[in-house]
Amino acid sequence: MSEGPTNAPEIPRLPRVLEPGHNFASVTDKISSIVLTRPVSLGWLAGFSIAFLILMLMLVSIAWLIVKGTGIWGINVPVGWGFAIVNFVWWIGIGHAGTLISAILFLLNQQWRTSINRFAEAMTLFAVACAGVFPLIHTGRPWMAFYMFPYPSTMGLWPQFRSPLIWDVFAVSTYGTVSALFWFVGLIPDLATLRDRATNKAAQIIYGMLAMGWRGSARHWHRYQSAYLLLAGLATPLVLSVHTVVSFDFAVGIVPGWHTTIFPPYFVAGAIYSGFAMVLTIAIPLRKAYGLEDFITMRHLENMAKVMLATGLIVAYGYFMEFFLARYSGNKFDMFLVDQRLHGPYSGYYFALILCNILTPQLLWIQKVRTNVAILFVMSLVVNLGMWLERFVIVVISLTRDFNPGAWGRYQATFWDYSTFVGTMGLFVSLLFLFVRGLPAISIAEMRELVAHTSEDDE
Amino acid sequence: MSETRHTLYGVLGEFDSPTSLMAAARKVREAGYTRFDAFAPFPVPGLSEACGLEYGLRGWKHNLVPQLALLGGMSGCIGGFFLQYWVNVMAYPLNIGGRPLNSWPAFIPVTFELTVLGASTFAVFGMLALNKLPQPHCPLFTVPRFKHATSDGFFLCIEASDKKFNLAEATKFLASVNAKSVTEVRDED
Repeated sequence: MSEGPTNAPEIPRLPRVLEPGHNFASVTDKISSIVLTRPVSLGWLAGFSIAFLILMLMLVSIAWLIVKGTGIWGINVPVGWGFAIVNFVWWIGIGHAGTLISAILFLLNQQWRTSINRFAEAMTLFAVACAGVFPLIHTGRPWMAFYMFPYPSTMGLWPQFRSPLIWDVFAVSTYGTVSALFWFVGLIPDLATLRDRATNKAAQIIYGMLAMGWRGSARHWHRYQSAYLLLAGLATPLVLSVHTVVSFDFAVGIVPGWHTTIFPPYFVAGAIYSGFAMVLTIAIPLRKAYGLEDFITMRHLENMAKVMLATGLIVAYGYFMEFFLARYSGNKFDMFLVDQRLHGPYSGYYFALILCNILTPQLLWIQKVRTNVAILFVMSLVVNLGMWLERFVIVVISLTRDFNPGAWGRYQATFWDYSTFVGTMGLFVSLLFLFVRGLPAISIAEMRELVAHTSEDDE
Repeated sequence: MSETRHTLYGVLGEFDSPTSLMAAARKVREAGYTRFDAFAPFPVPGLSEACGLEYGLRGWKHNLVPQLALLGGMSGCIGGFFLQYWVNVMAYPLNIGGRPLNSWPAFIPVTFELTVLGASTFAVFGMLALNKLPQPHCPLFTVPRFKHATSDGFFLCIEASDKKFNLAEATKFLASVNAKSVTEVRDED
């Protein structure tokens, strides 16, 4: 790669992946102390309490939904999915950056991934958990959700495997499982570190059980590395397939604005776009709060900004192609849909989407912007908002303006739509807060590898 | 391991860097020991080779993980496809839009997902099983210094079960390959 070695003093422009002066003991100390010795701070407690309250809002909303039924949401004919699908696609897309960082950048031997992969993978898992909530509760009877799995039921019923919704069940559950495995395999050596460094009996027992007796044996590492490499190789096509299948939920339908072949690549790019934005949203406060600037350096932030810019441009190309193909096909329904995006009742959402997803990120061409932490943070929020709007535009405008004017309608989200959506953010942030305190947010074993690598370069 | 309880497990030497550990492992292997193991807090490049662990097809004795992953992937793929075939063609045939019952292109996404699922679970659980993990107790855990094996220590243990093992000789040998300290490992239990 043109990025050069990790620690290249001869290229002054390139900030380091790891600040100098660290050895095996110091990286181990610094990262494990966040979990083991650092006292619970007031800031953490306050943050966690707020997140937990918002999580309670989600539970209340779901409880009320189960009591009253999906009628408490704004969904109706013609928009039968509404926020549930918008939020589902948004969350699952956010998860994709975690897998991209841990798997694809691992295969490409990009060392800058090392200090961000662990929490990015955690983010993936938590985002998949949030995403999973929506299709589940949207069924109205979530306790019947197991009907979607093929099992020999007494009713003699079986799933219909030609339906993208069943593909979704398999794609998302496989994605959740493989992400959890990937995350856990990466954690095993670090859990052993925590076991060996903990002074508190309970921590020793808990981490000891989770570490399963890992002791860094060369024979173990030998198999471990091959399993990790295989997982990375398997997760790479998996992550592409998951959002492809999610886009099939739309593209297999015949609704104008959905039935297009550009959907799979455009959805995958959008997923990575929003995911990197979310990684930035998490990384910036995390490195600040726990003093991890040595490990999550400007180089990381800048690289993530570049990935955002690149995927943002792919997304922009997707928007342009939708317009172009609608015109070029001469299909009057498709052309009408384009007109409705620009001039219809939801055009405000569309212009906000263009502003958030296409125009604002162009600032990332400027290096000063990419290295300004505050601007990057705001930009990451803007992109996340933009990607949510994109899904809203796709779902709502197409469904409310399909072929027959008699079937047109409007969609208005209710309080409970918003409370469930905001509530899942509470779930996400609560899990993140617990994760940061309970597990090493940066892979210690990989940081040691990086230290070894960097000191070799210096010699 | 019941016969080795209360008895000598091996001799453990500590080294001060990954390079000296690697050199020691190579010498230990060249001296004819077969039952020995090196311990490092991160996967040291080249340590596998120094310990005589081979890669690729020839290394199947030390690493069966890729073969297991292939097996898992193939089971997921074939099992996944025929699950759908059996369900939608034999057990519960449904006419959807006049398409053939065996509309195989529509079965590809689930087949693919199950392939990945099978390969990943086999790779991970296969890796754990071959490494004999979870293993709650290992005699090495009784050595206080060994805690550093997961942070900044580099160790090599010649096990007592090695045919060539002799306590005095192994201790001397480890010292001669630059171990900064050598300890006997006994199982306390």
